[in-house]
Amino acid sequence: MRNGCDVVLESFDAEGVDTVFGYPGGAIINLYDTLYDADLNHVLTRHEQAAAHAADGYARATGEVGVCLSTSGPGATNLVTGIATAHMDSVPILAVTGQVPTGMIGNDAFQEADVTGITMPITKHNYLVQDADELPGVMREAFFLANTGRPGPVVVDLPKDVQTAETDVEYPSVDDVKRGIRGYSPTYGGHPRQVKRAAEAISGADRPVVYAGGGVIASGASRELRRLAEITGAPVTTTLMGLGAFDERDPLSLGMLGMHGTKAANYAVTESDLLIAVGARFDDRVTGKLDAFAPNATVIHIDVDPAEISKNVEAHVPIVGDAGDVLGELNSTLEEMAVRDGSEWREKVKRWKREYPLDYEESDDVIKPQSVVEAINQHSPEDTVIATEVGQCQMWAAQFFDYTKPRSLVSSGGLGTMGYGFPAAIGAQVGRPGATVWDVAGDGSLQMNIQELATVALNDIPVKVAILNNGYLGMVRQWQELFFGERYSSTDLDQVPDFARVAESYGVKGVTVERPSEVEDAVREALEHDGPVVLDFRVAREENVFPMVPAGAAINEILEG
Amino acid sequence: MSRHVIGVLVENQPGVLNRVSGLFSRRGFNIDSISVGVTERSDVSRMTLTLDGDEKVLEQLTKHLNKLPDVIKVTHLDAGCVERGLALVKVDVSSPESRSEVMQVADVFRGAVIDVSRDTVTVEVTGTEDKIQAMLDLLREHGIKEVARTGVAAMARGPKYTGTE
Repeated sequence: MRNGCDVVLESFDAEGVDTVFGYPGGAIINLYDTLYDADLNHVLTRHEQAAAHAADGYARATGEVGVCLSTSGPGATNLVTGIATAHMDSVPILAVTGQVPTGMIGNDAFQEADVTGITMPITKHNYLVQDADELPGVMREAFFLANTGRPGPVVVDLPKDVQTAETDVEYPSVDDVKRGIRGYSPTYGGHPRQVKRAAEAISGADRPVVYAGGGVIASGASRELRRLAEITGAPVTTTLMGLGAFDERDPLSLGMLGMHGTKAANYAVTESDLLIAVGARFDDRVTGKLDAFAPNATVIHIDVDPAEISKNVEAHVPIVGDAGDVLGELNSTLEEMAVRDGSEWREKVKRWKREYPLDYEESDDVIKPQSVVEAINQHSPEDTVIATEVGQCQMWAAQFFDYTKPRSLVSSGGLGTMGYGFPAAIGAQVGRPGATVWDVAGDGSLQMNIQELATVALNDIPVKVAILNNGYLGMVRQWQELFFGERYSSTDLDQVPDFARVAESYGVKGVTVERPSEVEDAVREALEHDGPVVLDFRVAREENVFPMVPAGAAINEILEG
Repeated sequence: MSRHVIGVLVENQPGVLNRVSGLFSRRGFNIDSISVGVTERSDVSRMTLTLDGDEKVLEQLTKHLNKLPDVIKVTHLDAGCVERGLALVKVDVSSPESRSEVMQVADVFRGAVIDVSRDTVTVEVTGTEDKIQAMLDLLREHGIKEVARTGVAAMARGPKYTGTE
């Protein structure tokens, strides 16, 4: 016999979890008491939201399930933004939340909240465990669901009395669990007839483009994607979530598409006669005006989630399956076939790349935010992870860093969560201690989870924070400038703190950088510093992110600076 | 737009109805009726949904239902299914002749009078939604005091059946 807390730790052990992020409280105190003697790395964040984001960053950087813990009520509701963030970007995290004892549920007990009810729309699945005998099966199922099929967050809500109740039910095998969830069996291999149809469409295409999303990274399908590009010669564009799935230094790379994507990518998609969408979901920030998105293209859509296919854009050749499996099958089929010589198309695409590189006006007087990302790109080692906050800083990080490997970008794409980057960088760094991890931050976003300076200081987590400090909510200000007659309603942050001094007060090295000539040295010194650093770059206040497709416009209707 | 009847086998667990109805509201699916009850297996419940929608809506709804781990099977029952709903109707019979007329209407619709008071008669009727609606239309002129209706329960005609295996 062992109690519910022991079962939770047993499940961590069985699933290979060696690190969890969390914050204790009354309804999870028993589990924390068990943790006290456990051989498990627990990272105490300074806010539950940060624990959820750290678990998410850990998962994105490693591909393993990220785990976070919180108490009931406010502890659990503080996780909600992090869970929703993971849900929108299909990130496997497991949140274990304390709950009031089963006998008090529904009575408005102290720190009670209906956590399964609240998180139902933002989880892949959730559980309120009523009996310790159910717990071994629930934990196994929770990990299994989080990291199979289309990954996503799972919540296990654990009443206090279930934590202390004893059970002798054994931790089940994966096969037992699969039998238990009879309504769940993701499709991995593509339907052979559909794969053949896709191969035929590709072999007959004159202007093919590959549009790759986060599903390629989740599936670990970069090698297959690379091979598809080699066989077909098709240029490859990725979504924000897909950055790193295809080496951006490759001549066939078009970079990112969509609202702040490259002109080459957006023009290529618009003129394509065949679009191969892999692990992407035709988000409105990618497609712009739907009718004008790839208007002449036959669409092949490969996705592990059948509900994504033909949700926004009608797929002519739908293939339900895992990106890696399906691309592997597709490549083998294509290897036996003749593919049209697309040299004319490739030349055209190359010309766009040459004519419309990502660009900005340099300055000797004031630091341009793009130049900071370029310096990070230039000086960081091969094994680097870029986490981002949300807004202009996120888009510059996407545009001016060359992503060459999967799991090198950790960014909140779907939900666009301000305050995500710093705690996510912590998670990424803990998961990949050998990597250099940057948080490319804005002054607005960073302030939403700035308390995590304590976490990096006390645990000596050597995250490098680069604040592109313009004293504005920059992206909203940019929209106000372009679309609201420069009426800067509530976007001038006015009273921005001295971030270097804030950092120092937490025991973290803080540096203020004001001159363009100091940028490269500051980045180099931060990289050499053996510990966390905050670099406060005072950048051009009213710099805008370009190119830009206004919301709702066609993606070839591009604004420039 | 056309009417669809969908059978959904689900795990008989607390919260499943909430998961399904929550899915409809957050994805913007409009359901006309829903009924739930346990099946021949005590661990499995059957939901029957009716909705108006085009093929695209039906396809998305089906895919999203299938994504819920607690949903075991989704079946489209449109063509050739038997379906029945039930209505209890309390009718005002305080005016002379009403009582006998109401009882005649109930008879024509093979309804049953299940409760009587001095001023009211309560009629139970089962049938398709159209049949129930037709009876309600006839009873309305007498003054309907109260209606309680279930959603429809449906299954395929003939030897075909939806199992969990």
